[in-house]
Amino acid sequence: MKTQNQRAWFFVTPVLLLVAFNALIPMMTVVNYSVQETFGDNLFFWQGLDWFEQVLRSERFHNALGRQFLFTFLILIIEVPLGVAIALSMPKKGFWVPFCLVTMALPMLIPWNVVGAMWNIFTLPDIGLLGYFLNHTLGISYDMTQNPIAAWVTIIVMDVWHWTSLVVLLAYAGLVSIPNAYYQAAEIDGASRWAVFRFIQLPKMKTVLTIAVLLRFMDSFNIYTEPFVLTGGGPGNSTTLLSIDLVKIALGQFDLGPAAAMSLIYFAITLFASWLFYTLMTMNDNKS
Amino acid sequence: MRLKSLVPILYILFLMLPIYWLVAMSFKTTNEILSGFTLFPQTWTFANYIDIFTDPTWYWGYINSIIYVTINTVISITVALPAAYAFSRYSFVGDKHLFFWLLTNRMAPAAVFALPFFQLYSAVGLFDTHLAVALAHCLFNVPLAVWILEGFMSGVPKELDETAYVDGYSFPRFFMTIFLPAIKSGVGVAAFFCFMFSWVEMLLSKTLTAVEAKPIAAVMTRTASSAGYELGLLAAAGTLTIIPGAIVIYFVRNYIAKGFALGRV
Repeated sequence: MKTQNQRAWFFVTPVLLLVAFNALIPMMTVVNYSVQETFGDNLFFWQGLDWFEQVLRSERFHNALGRQFLFTFLILIIEVPLGVAIALSMPKKGFWVPFCLVTMALPMLIPWNVVGAMWNIFTLPDIGLLGYFLNHTLGISYDMTQNPIAAWVTIIVMDVWHWTSLVVLLAYAGLVSIPNAYYQAAEIDGASRWAVFRFIQLPKMKTVLTIAVLLRFMDSFNIYTEPFVLTGGGPGNSTTLLSIDLVKIALGQFDLGPAAAMSLIYFAITLFASWLFYTLMTMNDNKS
Repeated sequence: MRLKSLVPILYILFLMLPIYWLVAMSFKTTNEILSGFTLFPQTWTFANYIDIFTDPTWYWGYINSIIYVTINTVISITVALPAAYAFSRYSFVGDKHLFFWLLTNRMAPAAVFALPFFQLYSAVGLFDTHLAVALAHCLFNVPLAVWILEGFMSGVPKELDETAYVDGYSFPRFFMTIFLPAIKSGVGVAAFFCFMFSWVEMLLSKTLTAVEAKPIAAVMTRTASSAGYELGLLAAAGTLTIIPGAIVIYFVRNYIAKGFALGRV
């Protein structure tokens, strides 16, 4: 059991002040904008909840939200199983382990706009490696600036390239923590490969996989820079995800009211999801 | 068995292809890039790199990025250490709510904060300074650091603390000479993650700077639009942004798997 100690608050105060400065003040600004109308010159008029109603009813928001959910859903169902599969086939010890870990983690340490630019160069139809290969070697017509499907496939593959390693590393950390005795016991029992996975490896990976799903959900739901640099939200609006749309409204059109209302709705959705995951995670912690 | 080892090999190959293309592109002349497809650079050129290392706007972009990333890492770890200790050792009124509230900030979309941050940091006179970006990145790095350190600290048995007190250690002395060395891999991992997320973040660092503290990422976008189609230069700049990440990752290679599990395995 932990010691009951109210003086612990002194330990937390620096973090509290720093994060409060960064989170509460900007959040209040957003709340302010979301209930007011402005015509410039610092003149504000009370608007009530009109902006929220407008955003919630607008087709544009529905479409962006739909694209966002589709994107996040695809990311999760591709990256999580793929990551687990790769982690299962990685060596447990030896020279290749650090090599695998370092090369796999590399994509995550590249600035996000560079990731976008890199994939742009990689997929250029006539002079990019992938673009050239698809168009001229395989003869598949591929141009992500023209074709919405190609654009979608490209941003999904880019994200798989960028973040699958996170799932791999998490799952791998769970796997190497399993004592060898478990496997020996399974061998004596004559357990099948599937049974070993289902009853030994999966339960051990449960906590880390929850973290993986949580992080991948949040980061893909909030994604902005990579698709923005790669497709700019196009062709048309086909890859305009929620964040891209929000920045367009806030900084492009300077519609502060609707943008603020949209921000709060957006944040509420991520907040609800994070609460859900957090509850699941602490349930795991309590059991073990 | 052979099939099994093929999976990581193919995966690593897939990861390396776009990086290879970026690096190859950076050694080509603009002429070669635009004239057609070549798998390897036909005429190797260092002109793109020379351009970057002789132009102050370019290399200052790198220096600016490294400055604010370093400040951010130092601030994040310093404030996160005592907080993580409190969360891992004590229970106090509102601890669970506070921990969750911290985590929500890790989950807030950066796009939501872009405009209010611009106004906030302009109001306090920090706009276009390294400190502004470093502080802004604390929004998601401090909660992450607390989370990681708490995981590592909870792995240290409480008996260590109690024995030290029985032996007459004061709290600061115990923390600095016994506890910190015991969790030093956790500190390394937390610092690595702070570095990583501050280094790769782009939207906030671009919004909060104009000239003086402009990060390399923003210099790249400006060049991409103003200088027309200088792909070789862009590729060289991109290649150089990979290097700091590759260096720090080498230092934490032994803890990296546990680190990504946030100390919870």
